[in-house]
Amino acid sequence: MSDWKSIEVFGLAKAEKQAWLLGQLNRLTRHHQAHCQPYANLLAGQGQQEGAAESLNAVPYVAARLFKMLRLSSTLPDNVFKTLTSSGTTSQVKSQIFLDRDTAALQSKVLVSLLSSFTGKARRPMLIVDHDGLTGDKAGFSARGAGVQGLSFLGRDHTYALNSDMTPNWPVIDDFMAKYANEPVLIFGFTFMVWQHFIQPLIASGRSNQLPQALLFHSGGWKKLQDQAVSNDTFKTTVRQALGEQVAIHNFYGMVEQIGSVFVECEQGHLHAPTYADVLIRDQETLAEQCEGEIGLIQVLSFIPTSYPGHSILTEDLGRLLGEDNCLCGRKGRYFEVLGRLPKTEVRGCSDVF
Amino acid sequence: MTNNERLVTAFASSLNIDASQVVDELEYNTIPQWDSVAHMVLVAALEKEFDVMLDMDDIIEMSSVKIAKEILAKHDVAF
Ligand SMILES: [Zn+2]
Repeated sequence: MSDWKSIEVFGLAKAEKQAWLLGQLNRLTRHHQAHCQPYANLLAGQGQQEGAAESLNAVPYVAARLFKMLRLSSTLPDNVFKTLTSSGTTSQVKSQIFLDRDTAALQSKVLVSLLSSFTGKARRPMLIVDHDGLTGDKAGFSARGAGVQGLSFLGRDHTYALNSDMTPNWPVIDDFMAKYANEPVLIFGFTFMVWQHFIQPLIASGRSNQLPQALLFHSGGWKKLQDQAVSNDTFKTTVRQALGEQVAIHNFYGMVEQIGSVFVECEQGHLHAPTYADVLIRDQETLAEQCEGEIGLIQVLSFIPTSYPGHSILTEDLGRLLGEDNCLCGRKGRYFEVLGRLPKTEVRGCSDVF
Repeated sequence: MTNNERLVTAFASSLNIDASQVVDELEYNTIPQWDSVAHMVLVAALEKEFDVMLDMDDIIEMSSVKIAKEILAKHDVAF
């Protein structure tokens, strides 16, 4: 099997991609069966003997919430050097993701390879729409801290735009804007925070067009913006009003259970699966694979995780497949949209659904 | 100071470790002090000390003291 580094990020069409990714996923299924007893039990409960799926939709999946209920680790406790936890805003129980050095290193490398296909390899001055102090605890990271940390490899002169009470740190922001007004810069933040704590105050303060060569990556879900009736189009238009007409804006979809594999929005507004990962949509009742255009639960596949069985996860997010290999932006692979989270009351089944 | 001494000083102060720990074999993520947060501090210190600008591949590959020297050598810093 070709090494991932030799494969173009968005370069493989359907048949080639499936051949490569399926090999990787079957390897991981076997690895986790051998190294994670609860995972092996789950598979056995489903009558799955061997990691030998013949198509991507036959790769067994773990429901995201099982990472809250079970200790799913495929590495020895001594090898775990970092434990990621989901932010757990709505529930008391947090997911726990156990990382060893190899998995963490691969996450960083894949994330950089993926995102640098949008930014280029030069590290840009980076404005982080958050406060300093998210990444202080070395043993455990929140999802937010991990996100900021993962993206920091893309930047230099990392500058935190907010005070710890989430108000804009104007002296710091103004310095950054003055220093890098005529350079490509990188801005990263969580979607709602970018909107509420950066773009809105910028507009209210009368600042505009001060980072015309910026590229903005943002992530973390649209729920709070939908509550304010802010669409992706409104978001982009407003960001460009605040920062500059030519600002590049890319949302991305990813989760703490699969750090490194992210699905980045292209110029056409579509979220794209890179070569190293994929998405499937499943009917929320029957869990059968859905066709293009039909709404269902998003299943995410990734070739990265070896320290925990997270290479195939059924999320609680709803989405819709929009197409494959034919997006107008020219990128190969599947593209899709995310339509929000399954309401809590509708989460069906339990540990038998995996 | 020799380039090696400058490198050792930059590592020791960025990672907050003793200069005697900065040996070729020291690897990223093997001691709590050299994690991904400290790595970015280290990169900034090396860039400043040797007046170079490292790209993303450089800092991703920089997984030991030995490799750091090899990467700086590519940027015409001789050890
Ligand atoms: Zn596209």
